Amino acid sequence: MRLLLVDDEVELVSTLAERLSFRGIDADWVASGEEALKKAETETYDLAVLDVKMPRISGIKLKGMLEAKYPDMKFIFMTGHGSEDDFRTGSSKAYYLVKPINIEALISKINEVLKK
Amino acid sequence: MNCKPDMIGETGLHFFGKMSATNCHDIKNALAIINENIGLLQDFILMSEKGMAIDQERLKTLAEKVVKQVWRADGFVKNMSRFAHSIDEPVVNVDLNEILELVKMLSSRFVSMRGVTLKPEPSMNPVMVTTNPFLLENLVWLCLDFAMEVAGSGKTVGLITEETKDGARIRFTHIEGLKEASTDMFPTEQAKALLKTLNGELTPDAGAGELALILPRDIGS
Repeated sequence: MRLLLVDDEVELVSTLAERLSFRGIDADWVASGEEALKKAETETYDLAVLDVKMPRISGIKLKGMLEAKYPDMKFIFMTGHGSEDDFRTGSSKAYYLVKPINIEALISKINEVLKK
Repeated sequence: MNCKPDMIGETGLHFFGKMSATNCHDIKNALAIINENIGLLQDFILMSEKGMAIDQERLKTLAEKVVKQVWRADGFVKNMSRFAHSIDEPVVNVDLNEILELVKMLSSRFVSMRGVTLKPEPSMNPVMVTTNPFLLENLVWLCLDFAMEVAGSGKTVGLITEETKDGARIRFTHIEGLKEASTDMFPTEQAKALLKTLNGELTPDAGAGELALILPRDIGS
């Protein structure tokens, strides 16, 4: 399994990638939508974990751009807004995590999304 | 019940909500980074318990990162506190440099999202006016939001405070697209209502790419 983490908070994604690597998950990280698009051209990812609010290219827009090029890629959103309860309705509930992220919850969500 | 819409009240509430939400978002990001750094520290402790050597420098760096984020979050809370207290008194003597700085800090994520850089050029001395601080903050934000929208991503908007003969003004400069901007874009009805309440005036200079918010020395004068 190969992951791409995208968040404009560099300290957050870099540390998260390191912690995932300790748990046997190979994760690259970038700090913008533009970098993510470049990275995805040279590497193959099963899943991208995207921050919703980023300058220039938002996570939602980035998902659309990546999805169009790589239809098999799966997505999980991270958001600093609201609480988990805000995303408990609707069919997309499996794809959201609210910051601060619980790493075990992230891994469980990664497995859940990749199984679909 | 037939309530007449209160434009100033609605605009103010919208502004307060918008700034509160964006600052909550920033605080959450700082907490998320603290959470990851502490999580990494816990990972290192577990590794150490299994006999792996831990780099002391790494621990020191982690501690420094946590401290940095605590102060970052504290900055957001301080700004929100100052902002919340600006509703305490309807009319006070305020320094325009401070008002502008507060609005800039509160809206930093919006500025970043728009890809605009702000270049404040505060006056060397305090620029004092007697006014309603909350309504002024709201009006400054509406002007700034408009200036950023017109300037566009990748551009720099200058912010200048200065005294005038009868009061003071804030100049939003380097708004390159002002010439092309439609005249009915700004001031909006909300901005007009705030201007009226604050006895202020907006003077655009399309040629120079500037918008000046002119304020009386005393809102009552």
